[in-house]
Amino acid sequence: MKILVAVKRAIDYNVKARPKADGSDVDLANVKMSMNPFDEIAVEEAIRLQEAGVASETVAVSIGPKQCQETLRTAMAMGIDRGILVSSDDEVQPLAVAKLLKSVVEKEQPELVIVGKQAIDDDSNQVGQMLAALLGWSQGTFACGVELDGSESLTVRREIDGGIQTLDLKMPAVITTDLRLNEPRYVKLPNIMKAKKKPLDVIEAGETGVDIKPRLVTLKVTEPPVREGGVKVEDVNELIEKLRNEAKVI
Amino acid sequence: MERESMQFDVVIVGGGPSGLSAAIRLKQLGLSAGKEISVCVLEKASEIGAHILSGAVIEPRSLSELFPNWAELGAPLHTPAGKDRFLYLTKKRALRLPTPPQMHNKGNFIASLGNLCRWLAEQAEELEVEVYPGFAAAEVLYDAQGVVKGVATGDMGLLEDGTEGPNFERGMELHAKQTIFAEGARGSLTKTLFERFDLRSESDPQVFGLGIKELWEVEPSNHKKGQITHTTGWPLDTKTYGGSWMYHFDDNLVSIGFVVGLNYRNPYLSPFEEMQRFKTHPAISSVFDGGKRIAYGARAISAGGFQSIPKLTFPGGMLVGDTAGFLNLPKIKGTHTAMKSGMTAAEAIFESLEDTQSISNEVTGYRQRLEGTWLWDELKKVRNIKPSFHWGLFPAMAYSAIDTYILRGRAPWTFAHKADHEGLLPAERCKPLDYPKPDGKLTFDKLSSVFLSNTNHEEGQPCHLTLKEASVAIDTNYKIFDGPEARYCPAGVYEYVEEGSGPRLQINSQNCVHCKTCDIKDPTQNINWVTPEGGGGPNYPNM
Ligand SMILES: Cc1cc2nc3c(=O)[nH]c(=O)nc-3n(C[C@H](O)[C@H](O)[C@H](O)COP(=O)(O)OP(=O)(O)OC[C@H]3O[C@@H](n4cnc5c(N)ncnc54)[C@H](O)[C@@H]3O)c2cc1C
Ligand SMILES: Cc1cc2nc3c(=O)[nH]c(=O)nc-3n(C[C@H](O)[C@H](O)[C@H](O)COP(=O)(O)OP(=O)(O)OC[C@H]3O[C@@H](n4cnc5c(N)ncnc54)[C@H](O)[C@@H]3O)c2cc1C
Ligand code: SF4
Repeated sequence: MKILVAVKRAIDYNVKARPKADGSDVDLANVKMSMNPFDEIAVEEAIRLQEAGVASETVAVSIGPKQCQETLRTAMAMGIDRGILVSSDDEVQPLAVAKLLKSVVEKEQPELVIVGKQAIDDDSNQVGQMLAALLGWSQGTFACGVELDGSESLTVRREIDGGIQTLDLKMPAVITTDLRLNEPRYVKLPNIMKAKKKPLDVIEAGETGVDIKPRLVTLKVTEPPVREGGVKVEDVNELIEKLRNEAKVI
Repeated sequence: MERESMQFDVVIVGGGPSGLSAAIRLKQLGLSAGKEISVCVLEKASEIGAHILSGAVIEPRSLSELFPNWAELGAPLHTPAGKDRFLYLTKKRALRLPTPPQMHNKGNFIASLGNLCRWLAEQAEELEVEVYPGFAAAEVLYDAQGVVKGVATGDMGLLEDGTEGPNFERGMELHAKQTIFAEGARGSLTKTLFERFDLRSESDPQVFGLGIKELWEVEPSNHKKGQITHTTGWPLDTKTYGGSWMYHFDDNLVSIGFVVGLNYRNPYLSPFEEMQRFKTHPAISSVFDGGKRIAYGARAISAGGFQSIPKLTFPGGMLVGDTAGFLNLPKIKGTHTAMKSGMTAAEAIFESLEDTQSISNEVTGYRQRLEGTWLWDELKKVRNIKPSFHWGLFPAMAYSAIDTYILRGRAPWTFAHKADHEGLLPAERCKPLDYPKPDGKLTFDKLSSVFLSNTNHEEGQPCHLTLKEASVAIDTNYKIFDGPEARYCPAGVYEYVEEGSGPRLQINSQNCVHCKTCDIKDPTQNINWVTPEGGGGPNYPNM
């Protein structure tokens, strides 16, 4: 069985994102970028399935500018067999990502696609669901446990509000990963060295025939309002007075 | 568990300007001679440039020697240096002093050194240097004869008590014919080499300053692109060496910073608070009206100059850049000299690789070559300026003027340095300093500052700020010096917490911005900074 994993190059989780002065976007100039953490979990899951002898090949795909090759190399250093960059210097929104992934799926013919539940930059939480819909495949989102039952079906446990839901999915399927699915391994230096020699194909987004024109317009990016410091109240009466007249909640 | 190992011709520890320049020069020389040389650079930051903090007004001399067409290649030097101002501050006033000749900046550029390093790393990779950020060199490796044979990266996934966690991965050995240590000021491996090979016996101790920097985006109307201001005087007393810089560059960016000489005496002094207070000076504060602070960080600066240059080579390796100490203090520039030393080291190594007759594995040609370069002359000329500040600011300024204008650096004498950690006086002989409260607009507290350095260390790892003797923290640091580390650490790592049984030192190592001040200033040298898990530390953008 072949597994395809999508990996997005996103602003690093340690970096404090800051809007540009003109409010047009988040300022990404010389900011550290790395693999979307949920995608690391997706990569880890694919590798574990391969190590368990369930998957025969693992392929990572990233969509974006040429720097995404670094993200693919990281995936390969973790253990993915090869990488595909769908190259685009233009903004690619979730629907376009899903369509581009679909075109890669049609070419690569994997039985399983694993993506992150969301990317930590835009937090859209859309790509996995849209991809499953476009392909007409089953989907197991927010997965916290994945088990293959032969080559026909798989069991996915997913985190929902009230607890854990267990799904039985028909293959082929799309899975989106949640935080507790696994803990990704460290990338070892010898493996980074070896990953430089693994194959990495580049496909121009423009040559896929997919319409990637943005459908959404960003109006403005702003900082969240500054949280005001707390005050100490003297007694219960003052508290009630403030709740009633200042906060207007009672 | 056995470590994997890999053989290179040259391994370089540190991806700053000196290490990257050495790597690039080696590859360039190999290319023009048609020789394959394998070069690997290890960098402890999560990416190249993320641990680099500098002013920076950069003299492009070395860059032009390395890449004569750097402008075409897109090196990120975009703001030519404009007018220089040198101010002497009193509490309320600013006196304009003549700019000392070393501080003239015609032909220089204001830029982010971190970004220049990012660019240098791209050039290095084009030349097939193997650059590995995210991996700290944690250990020097020796062969049976005691020759340096390379370094090992740190283990990953250790638990706080030093045992192996579930994700444990053993480090890797990188072996090389020559290992270049390019760790910057107060390198942690370099420190062990000083001892092992007795490299400092014929030089003065290295002395340091702590530089604290903020990057601001200011109102366009307050921005004077290219303007360079340095100050001395207030808020420091006249016995403490230090001063500030303020550089206007790129799109409405202002780099502002404050350096305090780490030979300061009063344990109550807080370089961080001095920096905050400095910004409130009437000649300075208005630049930041309506502006926004976007980055913060700190880093020690090697200030010893000529008389502190140690022995540079030893069997199997050598030192380049600030870890050796090539910074020109009166110019407050070390980038061009760091790069030049790296390039010179590369040339000497290349020559030794060619020479198959020689059986020595110490490339002494490095020092010989260096003595023939402009770098040597430049540092020799200014060698007496910083030590004269031991006398206090006014006599020192007078001396600096005489030294520069009249003796022109050719004085027959050379002043000696004392190690910084010896400078601290017992707390009972000093007055506590009263620093103003931050206003959250122009001045800030430490925690909100560290927040802007994007610092992170993987949780649950062994603390990388090690104490040789745990009891010294209370018995000496607290009882005699009133816990100076709580004040000099610019990241709030050290905290004395009062508990029922008395005070206890708490080390918040996850906040550490790798400035190395504690390793330098700790009065009994009880604090030993070692590399944390690779990738940990600040994530500076544009610093
Ligand atoms: C070159 C480029 C520049 C962009 N610039 C901007 C910009 O400046 N501003 C802006 O708002 N948006 C930008 N985007 C668009 C942004 O990447 C999309 O909004 C995003 O792809 C979809 O949102 P999301 O990642 O939050 O989707 P989600 O649905 O949250 O993503 C879920 C999962 O889908 C997969 N996935 C998503 N995107 C990719 C990808 N690109 N490659 C591989 N797998 C992926 C991952 O597994 C991810 O975990 C850019 C995209 C590209 C490629
Ligand atoms: C506050 C301040 C202001 C300055 N202003 C100017 C200025 O305006 N103009 C100017 O020219 N110079 C300036 N300098 C000096 C200049 O920044 C330095 O001289 C220069 O950065 C030295 O280069 P380097 O390569 O020797 O060391 P660094 O730039 O310090 O680089 C060393 C690199 O090695 C890495 N490293 C260290 N130890 C290890 C290890 N064990 N394993 C892996 N990696 C490791 C570090 O993370 C770092 O990336 C300033 C310095 C400071 C601190
Ligand atoms: S702990 Fe030491 S090295 Fe780290 S920020 Fe504080 S003083 Fe600097």
